[in-house]
Amino acid sequence: MEQIEFDYPAAKRRITKKAYVGVVGSGDMEVLMEPAGGDGAHVSITTSVNGFQDSWKAVFDRFFSKFDGAVKIQINDAGATPGSVLLRLEQAVEVIEQ
Amino acid sequence: MSTSEIFPAFVNRKSFIELDGRARAQSLFDEGTAKELVGPFDRVESPWLAIQGVTPQADDGCIVIKGKIGGLSAVVVSLEGAFQGGSIGEVSGAKMTAALDLATKDSEAGKKTAAVLLLETGGVRLQEANLGLAAIAEVISSILALRQHAPVITVVAGTVGCFGGMSLAAGVSSYVVMTKEARLGLNGPEVIEQESGIDEFDASDRALIWAIHGGEQRVGMGEADALVEDDADKIASAIRGYVQAGPPSEHRSEQVKLYRDRIAALDTSKQIDPISLRQKWNGNDTTGGAR
Repeated sequence: MEQIEFDYPAAKRRITKKAYVGVVGSGDMEVLMEPAGGDGAHVSITTSVNGFQDSWKAVFDRFFSKFDGAVKIQINDAGATPGSVLLRLEQAVEVIEQ
Repeated sequence: MSTSEIFPAFVNRKSFIELDGRARAQSLFDEGTAKELVGPFDRVESPWLAIQGVTPQADDGCIVIKGKIGGLSAVVVSLEGAFQGGSIGEVSGAKMTAALDLATKDSEAGKKTAAVLLLETGGVRLQEANLGLAAIAEVISSILALRQHAPVITVVAGTVGCFGGMSLAAGVSSYVVMTKEARLGLNGPEVIEQESGIDEFDASDRALIWAIHGGEQRVGMGEADALVEDDADKIASAIRGYVQAGPPSEHRSEQVKLYRDRIAALDTSKQIDPISLRQKWNGNDTTGGAR
């Protein structure tokens, strides 16, 4: 198991809603997305698969190239592929932008 | 030709099995009355999984929602079968027990509160061993306290099924609702094969498994009360009926003599098949046993 943290200080748009999607099942993950207190977005990942920090970074760089909300994201991961990670993140965004 | 003619009803129905644990619980309440207690953002998760290298889940796979069902006060506790097989650990067990105890407290104060347990579980979470076992004992004792005042309704929809210690919780419930896809049993097929050998039980034989653990056989033997199609509306309506009916005059688990006599009357010198077992068990009635 591994803990990974990222900061995206440029994401400053104020968010008011929370979103909870997904499940910590094989090949899947859960996302808790909520308004961040201070400046920018913060990502905190707990994953059962070690050694994929670069892949996570690539997925979040891509995600925050389009999304600018100041959110705190917590992920509990049970081996989701980068594609499923992006889909779960988009699903969470859909909930908070509703 | 209208769409209802082209697509049969089973295509248009809203599947209950395909919903996740939270959506299943939400689908049972009267509109606008559901309120989740100790949700994922409260982050009450298992402290034991991470130290064993297993990723925890923010709600520990146990969803508790309070609200109204058919206008009456009710609490739904739903186990998420996709997280650790819906297993019961310290936190998920404590959430279930606390929900049942609060329902008992409200019921004793005059506000009858039914409990609905959506059980998709293999039983005790092995990583939390003794704490899980203790949790199951607490859940069962809380069900016994609540069922004197208000009904405790267990739903086993599938596809995980309900096994191990939590099958005992189903056993002491006021009513059990199952689908044809669901399985209910103390020991799961793999456990029986492992402990007693493949001659006793072949865990790869799906027809055999469903003929013994399946919803149709369980309802056929009167060990569960209603066989409902995998349809969210039909399951919600069955639950509403039981919430409104209140607890039965005598619970299944109180009828010790009835079941002892039935077991004593079986001739086990020959292999019994599921259909003839239903007939012998219920006195030639294959539609379901007397409660």
